[in-house]
Amino acid sequence: MLPETLSRRSVVLLFVAAAALALPFADIAPAGHDPWAVLGRMARGALSPDFGAVDRIGRALWLTVTFAIAGVAAGAAAGFVLAPFYGARPVRALCIALRSVHELFWALLLMQVLGISAATGVLAIALPYAGIFAKVFSEQMDEADPAPLAALPPGTDALSRFLYARLPVIRGQMWTYTIYRLECGMRSSAVLGFVGLPTLGFQLDGFFKLGDYGAASAILILYVLLIASLRHWMRPRLVLPWIAAALVSVLMVRSPPMGSGALWRFLSQDIVPAPLRRGEGAGAVWDWLQPLLTGQALPGLIATLIVGQIALVLTGALAFAASGPLVPRVSGRIGAAATHLVLVILRSLPEYMLAYLFLQVFGPSMLPAILALALHNGAIIGHLTGREGAALVPGLRRDAPRGLSLWGYELAPRLFGPFLALCLYRWEIILRETAVMGLLGVATLGFFVDMAVAELRMDRVLVLLVATGLMTSAVDALSRALRRRVGRAPLRSGAEGRGGAAVEMAADRTA
Amino acid sequence: MPLVALRDEALGYGAGAVLRQITLSVAPGERVVLLGRSGAGKSTLLGALHDRIVGGGHRVALVPQDHALVPQLSVRHNVLMGRLDDRSAAYNLTSLLRVRSRDRAEIDAILDRVGLGEEAPRAVEGLSGGQKQRTALARALYRGGAALIADEPVSAVDEGQAGRLLDEMSAAFGTAILALHDVGQARAFATRLIGLRGGRIAFDAAPGEIGAGELERLYAA
Repeated sequence: MLPETLSRRSVVLLFVAAAALALPFADIAPAGHDPWAVLGRMARGALSPDFGAVDRIGRALWLTVTFAIAGVAAGAAAGFVLAPFYGARPVRALCIALRSVHELFWALLLMQVLGISAATGVLAIALPYAGIFAKVFSEQMDEADPAPLAALPPGTDALSRFLYARLPVIRGQMWTYTIYRLECGMRSSAVLGFVGLPTLGFQLDGFFKLGDYGAASAILILYVLLIASLRHWMRPRLVLPWIAAALVSVLMVRSPPMGSGALWRFLSQDIVPAPLRRGEGAGAVWDWLQPLLTGQALPGLIATLIVGQIALVLTGALAFAASGPLVPRVSGRIGAAATHLVLVILRSLPEYMLAYLFLQVFGPSMLPAILALALHNGAIIGHLTGREGAALVPGLRRDAPRGLSLWGYELAPRLFGPFLALCLYRWEIILRETAVMGLLGVATLGFFVDMAVAELRMDRVLVLLVATGLMTSAVDALSRALRRRVGRAPLRSGAEGRGGAAVEMAADRTA
Repeated sequence: MPLVALRDEALGYGAGAVLRQITLSVAPGERVVLLGRSGAGKSTLLGALHDRIVGGGHRVALVPQDHALVPQLSVRHNVLMGRLDDRSAAYNLTSLLRVRSRDRAEIDAILDRVGLGEEAPRAVEGLSGGQKQRTALARALYRGGAALIADEPVSAVDEGQAGRLLDEMSAAFGTAILALHDVGQARAFATRLIGLRGGRIAFDAAPGEIGAGELERLYAA
């Protein structure tokens, strides 16, 4: 279907053209009220953070950290157990299913069974992360140096082989990846607050409803500092104390009791398609499914693709523009530091939270989602591209130019390949996040999921989640095919050539 | 008034100096060739001389040993890069989209002189080793200046071509400091030969004053 090789230019043109085609169908007009007045109030709040509500801020941040630690620890443990069996088809299928559902969607599902409880929060992170950890750990095991394994005495049992010749070899990589995942978990955990869990999102929403922008600013500043300093407060020897503290504080979260038998009712009735539940036979299932697909899944899919496509192109433009000023020899030491600071903030705040903030400014439309996705992902790709650029500088000739000429001639041509690969890699992630932004009211797939949840029609929720999963895996496959065709342009770390973990971390590491 | 003067200096990276007690000055109009086995410190000395001459406010054209070309850009753009510092960033950025016809004519004339006229629009990554080397040389010719500093600038081209390119270099630059490994080429090009051995200057004289024995000792194990 695709030609053997594609020039980078034609891929860029293809994506820009698709975004241009999507633009007329995108609803991006700011809704109604005057955005500048709100923006002004928010800016004043941001510039005068108010740390007075210390108890509420402290509690929300503490629970954000502890939910993240508990969820990531559980996910890592489950993934570690599953990893050696990842080659088995059923295990692999289970892991793919687990990670194809976004944390927020998991939370919505789990709430039907467990209510707004600690278990819901922890599992909403742990379940998808288990699927991801299993895949990454298994890749790390497969790619580990085989020499120590070959040197073992013949007849060594499988567990000993693993514990002596495998685990020690990959322990460092596993730790690095887990720390990276904890950083993602901090974002997931914060965002879970927007569906009712007592983490940062919940408190932020509370501050906004009261118009308390100073407190909102304070909590966001502390949150960014927490993420930026993660490698200092999470160290190998502190893991067990942290997990213990996380479990205790998570278990102390009070939640309304659920009626008994909620899980059984969920599995045996709620998610069974309505016609089957009513005993109307298989023929009626199509009559039930067809309007669901054409009336909800399809429009949701189209809206998701429209928002995602525009956001992707904007992401690329922002990232490319930001990566130059990140190099001190291009923009000067102060310019580079200022760019770096802005990008750190944009990378630390999850897309969903940024979209929530923009929603307060611009009102409901596709605009907040597009801006949030583009700024967050643009900051990540810009950071990585700029870092590669800065690493190129010492190897340049002695008489290399400075400023924009350096950027335009020496750096940008060399960085364009890796930059494009990163954008293609982020494409699937952007679409996944676009789908979930429907929970904020944009008519992407998540909007219809949210509606079905509100109507307690879990059978429909299931169909919509499957549709979302199919969309992201199709885009993932297409992105992989495109990346192969524009040729290998590995990062300095050679990430593209190695396993998924390296690419993934290279593609969206924050700190 | 010499172009550059070093007095009893240690040169090299960090603590482990490659060259010690280097005393040497180069006057305008000299054509100096550095000789010595690989690792003798020729590149280090060239780098130091480059920085010193530039620091003295002179314009220098440089051909580094690894060429330092941008593989993704065309030959013409790579040559244009020799004068980026003469122009505003806006000028340079628009040149990326389209090289102005005035610049194009000048660059293409230089490319003709080094035998790359046909390759001007090609990306450097598709060139042979010799073509890349000539592109780096063309960039230095396009830059021009008081002095040329070139590290093995003709190592990848055949002998006949090397001779012509060296002639181009001596015609274009008043002063030139080169590292070469071909003694014949060095004798033909230089007004002065400097031999490096064991981290020190082994000889420093006109080609006619240096005998075969001295050269043999320079390269002996």
